[in-house]
Amino acid sequence: MALLEVKDLQVYYGVIQALKGISFEVNEGEIVTLIGANGAGKTTTMQSIMGLIHPKSGEVIYDGQSIVGMPTNKIVQLGMTQVPEGRRVFSELTVYENLLMGAYINKDRSKVKSDIEEVYTLFPRLGERKGQLAGMLSGGEQQMLAMGRALMSHPKLMMLDEPSMGLAPILVSQVFDMIKHLNETGTTILLVEQNAEKALSIADRAYVMEIGEITLSGTGKELAESDKVKEAYLGG
Amino acid sequence: MEFISTLLNGLSSGGTYAMIALGYTMVYGIAKMLNFAHGDVIMVGGYIMYVMMLLLSQNVFLGIAVAVVFCVLLGILVERLAYRPLRGASPLAVLITAIGVSYLFQSLALIVFKSSPKMLSVLQISGALKLGKLSVDYSTIVTLAVAAAVMTALTLFVKKTKTGRAMVAVSEDRDAAKLMGINVNFIIMITFAIGSGLAALAGVFMLMKAPSLSNTFGAMPGIKAFTAAVIGGIGSIPGAMVGGILLGVIEAISFKIPLIAPYTDAIEFSILIIILLVKPTGLLGKRRREKV
Ligand SMILES: Nc1ncnc2c1ncn2[C@@H]1O[C@H](COP(=O)(O)OP(=O)(O)OP(=O)(O)O)[C@@H](O)[C@H]1O
Ligand SMILES: [Mg+2]
Repeated sequence: MALLEVKDLQVYYGVIQALKGISFEVNEGEIVTLIGANGAGKTTTMQSIMGLIHPKSGEVIYDGQSIVGMPTNKIVQLGMTQVPEGRRVFSELTVYENLLMGAYINKDRSKVKSDIEEVYTLFPRLGERKGQLAGMLSGGEQQMLAMGRALMSHPKLMMLDEPSMGLAPILVSQVFDMIKHLNETGTTILLVEQNAEKALSIADRAYVMEIGEITLSGTGKELAESDKVKEAYLGG
Repeated sequence: MEFISTLLNGLSSGGTYAMIALGYTMVYGIAKMLNFAHGDVIMVGGYIMYVMMLLLSQNVFLGIAVAVVFCVLLGILVERLAYRPLRGASPLAVLITAIGVSYLFQSLALIVFKSSPKMLSVLQISGALKLGKLSVDYSTIVTLAVAAAVMTALTLFVKKTKTGRAMVAVSEDRDAAKLMGINVNFIIMITFAIGSGLAALAGVFMLMKAPSLSNTFGAMPGIKAFTAAVIGGIGSIPGAMVGGILLGVIEAISFKIPLIAPYTDAIEFSILIIILLVKPTGLLGKRRREKV
């Protein structure tokens, strides 16, 4: 059964239709990627799923339950989280405090403490900088923090919006390795990327988005080999 | 010696301004709105104390407590009924609503308590502390002590508690805060509650100095405290404290110089303008990262 099911989602910004009825699903344990050019509607899709934007029509079903119209904080409690585009760490809080915010829904303090230690093991950089204001971190470190922060809520489904944006190649590889690792340790992943090559290489399944519509879908391998995708997103 | 006692007076009225300014700045930072009716909460608190004094003339502290609690609930109610429905509406619509709430409070007070000012001595702390030539009113010392305690407590609350940190998070990035599972409406409610409670408390100290209560009692201190919040950098909690204290000290000094004393208000607002010209974000304000 699909963990997340999006059915005919339509979203408008004023009179402009950003999503023209898109449907896709993410099964438990998968890495699914959504690729597409700037302005295709990838971020809009994620924000609608998380309840940050209210769709005009359509369904979002998580774990068998309709979540359209549910406030974002409730959706997070169901076990979903989003690493937003542009990282959006809290720059006025320290690394440690950002991780605490990630565990906002967890009332068990000692568990939160040990979770933070686990994040430091996963991202040693964060442990070294735990007392530093997040605004002072480098872009790569902020991405690590955004991911670590999202992990603190123990999500079943983690959605990442362009986690490799603006990172040096070596860091891009690290981020993708980490996404794979998280998936292998039980987190279902929905990944939005412009780095189509990398995204397709780790994805079980993929969807291609073009101006508010899903135009192609298949396994990561199929899409990586499709001429259309090669031409449009993989540089020939 | 004269200067030191002027300074202490300034610090204590500055502490009062700071307590009011905190409400403006926290609501601005977290709810992203200018609560024009904030000053009027001081007035409402004053009248509640007045009524409590009539009912139970002996127990001042109970009267103060009831006024503070009443204003906390009032702040929550106003936010719930007047501002929450406008979440996401244009800032202008929210501002006009807040102005409406302000007039509503003032008019209701006028209807209920009529226009003649009520004389109300809340806390009578007479006498002065004398150290050699230095003489400081006890009321000044009490005000200073309470203001310092309140500011310390609030700072600790924001830095050390989960709810306090959530306030910082909501103020910096509301959507990212929602993604943490934070109930933003709840955080905004807490903010209004704290701000309104502090305003009521500040009212006590204002009445200690000038025990005359009318329906516009909160207007001038409201504007002054707002000025203080902007000087310090609106949205910044330490900024509101610094701005409030600065304004109080400037005011006290200006009052002491006969030549400029009549122009004190003008001087204060000029300082606001000068500071904003030099540093548009206020003394401790940060330029917010723009959302992509
Ligand atoms: N707040 C907004 N108001 C109006 N239009 C918007 C808003 N946000 C996005 N849009 C428009 O909706 C469309 C989809 O935007 P969206 O951000 O979802 O694209 P995206 O696929 O995430 O792009 P990118 O790869 O650049 O992040 C675009 O045409 C964009 O201009
Ligand atoms: Mg995007």
